[in-house]
Amino acid sequence: MTDQATRGARRGRRRGRLPAVLAVPAFVGLAFLVVPLAGLLVRAPWSTLTEQLLSAEVGQALALSLVCASLATAVCVVLGVPLAWLLARGDLPGRGVLRALVTVPLVLPPVVGGVALLLVLGRRGLVGQYLHDWFGISLPFTTAGVVVAEAFVAMPFLVIAVEGALRAADPRYEEAAATLGASRWLTFRRVTLPSIAPGVVAGTVLCWARALGEFGATITFAGNFPGKTTTMPLAVYLALETDPGAAIVLSIVLLIVSIVVLVSLRDRWLRGLS
Amino acid sequence: MSRSLRAVVLAALAAVSLASAACGSDDGNPAGSAPTSAKAGVSGGITVFAAASLTESFDAIGRRFQEENPDAKVTFDYAGSSALSKQINDGAPADVFASAAPKNMDEVVDAGNASEPTDFVSNTLMIAVPKGNPGGIRSLDDFADASKKIALCAPEVPCGAAAEKVFEAAGITPQPDTLEQDVKAVLTKVRLGEVDAALVYQTDVNSGGEEVEGIEFPEAADAVNVYPIAVLKDAPNPEGAEAFVDFVLSDEGQAVLTEAGFDKP
Repeated sequence: MTDQATRGARRGRRRGRLPAVLAVPAFVGLAFLVVPLAGLLVRAPWSTLTEQLLSAEVGQALALSLVCASLATAVCVVLGVPLAWLLARGDLPGRGVLRALVTVPLVLPPVVGGVALLLVLGRRGLVGQYLHDWFGISLPFTTAGVVVAEAFVAMPFLVIAVEGALRAADPRYEEAAATLGASRWLTFRRVTLPSIAPGVVAGTVLCWARALGEFGATITFAGNFPGKTTTMPLAVYLALETDPGAAIVLSIVLLIVSIVVLVSLRDRWLRGLS
Repeated sequence: MSRSLRAVVLAALAAVSLASAACGSDDGNPAGSAPTSAKAGVSGGITVFAAASLTESFDAIGRRFQEENPDAKVTFDYAGSSALSKQINDGAPADVFASAAPKNMDEVVDAGNASEPTDFVSNTLMIAVPKGNPGGIRSLDDFADASKKIALCAPEVPCGAAAEKVFEAAGITPQPDTLEQDVKAVLTKVRLGEVDAALVYQTDVNSGGEEVEGIEFPEAADAVNVYPIAVLKDAPNPEGAEAFVDFVLSDEGQAVLTEAGFDKP
């Protein structure tokens, strides 16, 4: 078969009818993900929507959410990209174990993550007691605590994405750079990083989205106080108990903000990936 | 594939029958005969939605209830009363609701999901401080000190509403660092020593054991929380629910609650 024929056959197959065995579950899956979001829109209190949107609490919670998620993402990039590099390229003993440990926060219930953070970084925690005694720093119940909790939960997403990109990247370019006398740091900066840029961006976006929606670790570690630690997810949860309408408005705001950010980033950065 | 599946199912069935045999074989009769239920006990699953502050006492009551009704299986869902009432009104399949405040029970009754709740205990607020009282808390006045780390319940949940009432009565503007979603979350912050003081129920101070010290304060009398309990209208197991509520109201149930620090309603 010639190259052209292969390509033609492949294109033909792609155009063919979707097999029902795939199509049916695919559409059920799609409905499963989309219908609840539609439900939010249907039940939204449209008559009081603008009033609720302009209320001080919503603005405060949204601003806090955006700031904290962005700071947490910055922390994750600064620490997570080198960590991914270490896992993919470093020759450490027990790399498999390390990789498993790094991904633990992915499977850990976030509330447990929050408790773990309290036990380590709290005022009486393993590390926190020294922070408190020596520097007067106490992370729980502060905005910094929110950033810490979000970064803890979101970092594995970034590390996994970047590590995957690193493993897929051709190490021969790095070897070539090394044989030409480049140091490892120069090689990382000028060769490795540009080649994995899409992976880093994808990981960053995932990480940001996860941080924005973080609830369990945040409420456990950072507590809940309006303007200081009440992010959107916490505000949604508490509003749900007294004023479901307000909870829906908050959810829609969060939904719209995340969709706008994700779509604009996708158009700008991720086109090459898909 | 199907054979291994069948093997798993069989193994599970065997395990279940062994377990139930073990539960009912106090008479020394091994597997085979059904456990003798001389007492006409209730059976089936009973789902109880209970305020977080009831955790320890309802766990104990549940154990005793199951001893008397070996065919019943009581499952508890503990959370803030406001979250529970919301879930019930949204159709959660619960049998019994025990609320930490009449307000949340009223929401359920008003929605037509329960009727004729019975008050079964009352609870008073108490100042909780970590062991050794590192913040040097003496009275309710210290809650207005911004330099102290303070945890309160969010005003949406009963313990938070009661706290608001207390501060109002005392003329104090508290300076909390966090408003937690239920009383157990507040207690956890005290146990871990993350806050200097918190307002919780007297029963929570008791359940905190060695790690928590309680300080009584006179204003607490202004906000005594009465706990109502009711069988839910759409209870999947109404008979079991009725039996459980009766058990809570019985002398035996009340004794457990009194021991935990609850008062009579």
